[in-house]
Amino acid sequence: MRRTGPRSAALAAALMALVACGGGGTTTATDTGITSNSIALGVTIAQSGPAAAYGTIANAANAYFTYVNNNEGGVNGRHINYKILDDGYNPAQTVPLTKQLVEQDQVFAMFGGLGTQPQTSVRDYLNSKKVPQLFVATGATTFMADFSSHPYTIGWQPPYQGEARIYAKDVLANHASAKIGVLYQNDDYGQDYLKGLTDGLGSSASMIVDKEPYDVTAADTLSQLVKLKASGADTVFLFTTPAFTIKSLIIITKIGWEPTIYLNSVSNPSVYMGIAAGNGAALKNVTSVSYIKDPTDPQWASDAGMQLYNKVIANCSTCNVHDGFNIYGVAVAYSMVDVLKQAGSNLTRANVMSIASSQLNENNPFLLPGVLVKTTSTDHYPITQENVITWSSNAWHLQGSLIDEPIS
Amino acid sequence: MLVAALFLLGLPSVVTSFQSSQWTLVLIFAIAVMGLNVLVGYSGQISLGHGAFMALGAYTTAVLISHYHVNYLLTIPIAGLVTGMIGFLLGVPALRLSALYLALATFALAVVTPSLIKRPDKLTGGVQGILLVPPDPPQFASSAFATLTNGPQMTSEQWLYYLSLGIGAVLFWLAWNVIRHRPGRAMRAIRDGEVAAAASGINVAGYKTLAFGMSAFYAGIAGSLFGLATGFVSPDTFPVALSFQLLVGAVVGGLASIAGPLLGGTVMYWLPIVSSQTISSQDWIPTQISSVFVKAGPAVTYGALLILIMIFAPTGVVGLITSGYAALRNRLRGAGERGTGQMPPDPQTV
Amino acid sequence: MQEFLQQVVSGIASGGIFASLALALVLIYNAMGLVNFAQGEMAMFATFVAFTLIDRGMSYWIALPLTLVIAFAGGVLIQRAVIRPVERAPVLTLVIVTLGLATLINGLAGFLFGYVPRSFPSPFSVHTVSVLGALVSYRDLGVIAVSAIVLVLIYLLLQRTTLGLTMRAAAHNPDASRLLGVRVSWMLALGWGLASAVGALSGIMVAPILLLEPNMMQTIIIYAFAAAVLGGIESPLGAVVGGLIVGITVNLAGAYLVGGDLQLAIAFLIIVAVLVVKPNGLFGRPSVRRV
Repeated sequence: MRRTGPRSAALAAALMALVACGGGGTTTATDTGITSNSIALGVTIAQSGPAAAYGTIANAANAYFTYVNNNEGGVNGRHINYKILDDGYNPAQTVPLTKQLVEQDQVFAMFGGLGTQPQTSVRDYLNSKKVPQLFVATGATTFMADFSSHPYTIGWQPPYQGEARIYAKDVLANHASAKIGVLYQNDDYGQDYLKGLTDGLGSSASMIVDKEPYDVTAADTLSQLVKLKASGADTVFLFTTPAFTIKSLIIITKIGWEPTIYLNSVSNPSVYMGIAAGNGAALKNVTSVSYIKDPTDPQWASDAGMQLYNKVIANCSTCNVHDGFNIYGVAVAYSMVDVLKQAGSNLTRANVMSIASSQLNENNPFLLPGVLVKTTSTDHYPITQENVITWSSNAWHLQGSLIDEPIS
Repeated sequence: MLVAALFLLGLPSVVTSFQSSQWTLVLIFAIAVMGLNVLVGYSGQISLGHGAFMALGAYTTAVLISHYHVNYLLTIPIAGLVTGMIGFLLGVPALRLSALYLALATFALAVVTPSLIKRPDKLTGGVQGILLVPPDPPQFASSAFATLTNGPQMTSEQWLYYLSLGIGAVLFWLAWNVIRHRPGRAMRAIRDGEVAAAASGINVAGYKTLAFGMSAFYAGIAGSLFGLATGFVSPDTFPVALSFQLLVGAVVGGLASIAGPLLGGTVMYWLPIVSSQTISSQDWIPTQISSVFVKAGPAVTYGALLILIMIFAPTGVVGLITSGYAALRNRLRGAGERGTGQMPPDPQTV
Repeated sequence: MQEFLQQVVSGIASGGIFASLALALVLIYNAMGLVNFAQGEMAMFATFVAFTLIDRGMSYWIALPLTLVIAFAGGVLIQRAVIRPVERAPVLTLVIVTLGLATLINGLAGFLFGYVPRSFPSPFSVHTVSVLGALVSYRDLGVIAVSAIVLVLIYLLLQRTTLGLTMRAAAHNPDASRLLGVRVSWMLALGWGLASAVGALSGIMVAPILLLEPNMMQTIIIYAFAAAVLGGIESPLGAVVGGLIVGITVNLAGAYLVGGDLQLAIAFLIIVAVLVVKPNGLFGRPSVRRV
């Protein structure tokens, strides 16, 4: 394995000296990236290129940090400086930019990095340097499941596989004789969902009569959906990204198909459903799950969390208040601040990582009521609860109670 | 020349290990641009899909290391040869295409590359990609570095820098020799007029496919080093934007120049960083202007640069300097000698 | 059988999209012997212009012709500012310039309009009609119908008017045309303007189906290349027929041969196969290799 090198040894020595003389009596422990009045965090995320629609997440998170800095004087008197670099969703950019943030800009931790491939490319590096890779913005199961080999990495949102298992439960309970067709994007995202569904159905996995992949470079998903329809499926799962979800919903109606539709949570913000409906999608019998409040949903209009969100997002001039990605960014930043608050004066990378991965128990105001962001010494999946929702009269409606679907 | 060599050799001792890794990528891009130059600048063909050749090189190295545990040093020439061979074979159908059609076909290749990589997932790791452990420097290099710099031992990043520098120097020497001798003259003759070249007995098809093969060989080596330096290869590592970046590098350096690739590699690596980071950190630039650069991303800068260079300096920045220097010297020599001086640099290519 | 028929009909629907953009490519080729790599991005940008006009409250039927006029002016402007300085340069220079334009326009659109997919209005209903038992929406048919009309207009322009004849002469033999008093450079500008307007119309027709965002045309342009090359790159009829064949082939091969995830690879294969086996495509005339 890599040696840490004398440079970081010298740094550690300097830090120890700093720790020894700093604090004026109270014992405070700090690490690289922490000063008496600031905390440096960094992220690489796609703000240009094909995945640029996700880039707003970091801006929204930064809006929350700005809110905390301005209204609460930061975290224990320390302002959060969040440095956002654009990696264009390309791992070959993620690597040098992450090294820059860690070695040159000397950030305390990486927070909110986007994408399975980009974040995989720096996971070993960050773990060998013992730099926290906190709350990565991907539901790929590996970021939580491989905690023992990568103790400095943790995700945040419900894992894709767990979400798919909830769908499996719902199908078995409500449509036990369903014939399932699956449309999935041929990347880690689509494949993770498909695996979760197959595992969740267990011995009933033969309910899946056909599964069709598409590539992000496709013009549309017509050919795949025609095939799924012809396979005799009466229930279709869309494990697709937002733009393809909208197109698929329109196409399903266009080819005269009326299946029961299951939709993954990434693509279910009401804005997208509205676009689909406006272009002819019937949106009959659509089921999805959710763990986060939808900013366009009128039921949260007077909700305290939503009012806070509206106040926070005003700090970001480029953020569209209705964009579901933005409330995601604010919510995950809330968890980050929560971790830093709990760390108190013991602001070391090891301590912060330990809190994030095993001592979280948080009621996040931007998540659905009752959803806990919770980790323990044996559970490193921060969010596992979701609520089944169904679409009718132009809005999502919560069905039943929260379902907890941990992956063991 | 000597100054440049000394500068490149001494660089890791004065900058941090991280900064060495940045310059490693500059060198790697320079190697790929060098290959593209042989193809575009000297043989007059075009490839908008060189990112695909880099992907082939990188995956050859990654698969050999992760599946067959081949020594990483050995995989570099293998990657070059495999890619070169494929490039040579692709050069045969390319012979039938006009420049425009070749541009079209290779552009489509660049776009389709990531989805082609995903399919054989047993071999390529599919969308999960393949992780590569950064190679440790060999003992002799490490101690020599420590003694010479009177400092710490060599890091993996610094080792990769010297590895890329060494390989780059050899490939530079190779390209230099090819260009200055018979094959280079033949290629330029073909570029400037195929029928005339054939009439004077030059094996047009042979040299054109040779140029394709050689160019792919360089891209394969660069891809192999790219994989090692990044430590990770995956489909999204080789987007169409990479091929595009390579073209920018080649164009900036000047298509038919041998010193250009280093400048091209520098611009390829630093331009996005400068446009998104440096500009916004300068206090003297009004925020309204700097935020445009940040939000618009590198695409706008790349595009504007390509257009401006093709219009105002079609021989690239190096060509601009060379011709400016020649004009200046001619003026100093006086009117009597004007026009009898050295031959002007390579005329604008293609 | 029912399924096969539906795949074919769906392929025709996709093919209409490819054909509409391919027509713009063919126009530029006729005007100056060049493939414009920025054609798709120009079409996308023009569609955003239309979107902005409609969003500001303008009626669709005023915004549509206005956008076409703006697109025409934009095309002429681009030709005068960016293409003219290099119009006599080798093909490679021109290709690089249009590539630069493509990435410049794409980046600008992302900067100005953001990356969230948007809904775009269409004059055609979303309802479907049954063709021999296979369903197709009026929108898809609308794209094909508009492409057919554009095809006829281009044909009339190029073959039946003096202007079209002059344009083609300027492209094929600029020096001789110049001697005859043709203002070659302005002919090229006219070609760029027309292609830009045809591209804008394509963007406006397909945006309701593809959803409007800066990357809307990024892969469509490859399918359009395949369509244009297959049809014979200077033939407008070839572009439409090629588009439909590419659409059907990609749909059928995706469904029954290689899998839906390799649709773009099929388009790539079509390009390479046509160029190697029959470089003039289905409707193109053989050309003499230039020296």
